[in-house]
Amino acid sequence: MAHFPKPAEGSWTQHYPGLGTGPISYRDSFDPEIWQQEIDSIFTKEWLCVGRVEQLSRVGSYFTKEFEWANRSLVIVKDQGETIRAFHNICRHRGNKLVWHDYPGEETSGYCRQFSCKYHAWRYALDGSLVFVQQEEEFFDLDKENLGLVGVACDVWEGFIFVNLDPQPSQTLTEALGDLATGLAGYPYAEMTQRYSVTSKINSNWKLFIDAFVEFYHAPILHQQQSTSEEGQKLAAFGFEGLHYELFSPHSMVSSWGGMSPPADPGMVKPMENFLRSGLFGPWDKPAVVNNNENLPPLVNPSGHRAWGIDSFLLWPNFMILIWETGWYLTYSYWPDSPNSHTFESSLYFVPPETPSQRMAQEYAFSVFKEFALQDANTLEATQSMIETGVVDTFVLNDQEVLCRHHHAAAREQVAAGRRPDSYPWMPAEVSA
Amino acid sequence: MSAPLALPEEFADLAQFEDWALETWRERYEKRLASTVDEMQALYDAITPRIEEILSYCDRHDLAKLPDEVRNLMFLLFSLCEASLPVEIWRQPRVPDSGAADLTMVAEPRL
Repeated sequence: MAHFPKPAEGSWTQHYPGLGTGPISYRDSFDPEIWQQEIDSIFTKEWLCVGRVEQLSRVGSYFTKEFEWANRSLVIVKDQGETIRAFHNICRHRGNKLVWHDYPGEETSGYCRQFSCKYHAWRYALDGSLVFVQQEEEFFDLDKENLGLVGVACDVWEGFIFVNLDPQPSQTLTEALGDLATGLAGYPYAEMTQRYSVTSKINSNWKLFIDAFVEFYHAPILHQQQSTSEEGQKLAAFGFEGLHYELFSPHSMVSSWGGMSPPADPGMVKPMENFLRSGLFGPWDKPAVVNNNENLPPLVNPSGHRAWGIDSFLLWPNFMILIWETGWYLTYSYWPDSPNSHTFESSLYFVPPETPSQRMAQEYAFSVFKEFALQDANTLEATQSMIETGVVDTFVLNDQEVLCRHHHAAAREQVAAGRRPDSYPWMPAEVSA
Repeated sequence: MSAPLALPEEFADLAQFEDWALETWRERYEKRLASTVDEMQALYDAITPRIEEILSYCDRHDLAKLPDEVRNLMFLLFSLCEASLPVEIWRQPRVPDSGAADLTMVAEPRL
């Protein structure tokens, strides 16, 4: 029995008729050829989130990003004019990697006045221009004007820094974000600067972890023990139903209940949650900046349900923003290292605590979140290894897994088109004004 | 013998858990994995009955200017966040079925 209303078609999935309801193949999650096509058609064509503006706090702050899957290394920097720029991390002289520390393959961050190559001391200003050449007179017809760092398309939306490896992106960042550009704007992201960031190498295709985070059907089962036993059994018997699903192809969102902070009955949660007034859903006491969720962005909590707990947005192709009823947000990124492995990055962002108690509540929220992430991560390896056997080649997805179905379908459409398609067969045609 | 862990006088007895006064999450997580559930239960049983008292003591201080003894107390509480999960849920140090899964901390707020 449905506890929450579904669309008139009877299901979230059939609300998008072209999406189908049949079993789907997971060959796209281990086939090396498909993986390469995804790199070529998706990852080197789309805007990819690499971090937040707060990571570049002053002029000269920089960090590097290693994209081994594309054989690229980037440096992202705040220049003299406070513009955030991205460059390929290569010296124009003889190709040495420009910015690295101790290990050339590891990401790094820091602050500098200029970039100076470790090899022959060629120097570049923060805007990428070549400003110093060692023994310049020894060179022949050196055209310094044209020997600046090679730029990478870079733009900022709501404080999130995006890059695009395509030398000529077919869309601006705002165009690529589509309805989400305004629909998720205005949340006080910039006030939530208390950051916990973790990363992990996961032995699964990048899409499999997205599958795990765009459905909550698994939550009452895989994570049952994380609740008190009585509550865990109740949740498992109830199962999971989303409050709302919506496609903004290729992006998507799911809205979930879970507004139990604080819980109606203290016996429903672990003693530590009561001590610290915090848990997986974050600290129970909302920060003032969220104004009791009176000013949520237009796409957040679309059902307006009183039990609303969290909205999870997938910003195509590999970035997720989760906005919690309790007044903080979480991001996930998935970098496609190989057909059957990826690098997972996650950051929790809170309003900086004002008191030791608030600090404790955030620390505990991180501790609990991480337990869930560890459970999820290891389950993926178990899935990856078995789908690769090919013993079973199609899999059934239920209505609460509509976003898994959609995400794989959107990848398939883009691979077929070689670039982001102009339309998707399951989406209603754009109504022209 | 080195001096015992600096703690506020009211909580000086918690110095017996000084091995848990660790600054980074990674250290606390590794300490958890290297401990038995009984050891973590001892930490849990020593702190949780007084946790409200400890929090209100800490809250009398400015978070940005914590004296060393209060910072140490906070580190013990941070460790309790880690240790409480095996005590309250798992009854084993590791998350069950988490196998080789691990997380690297890239950025964390420092106290």
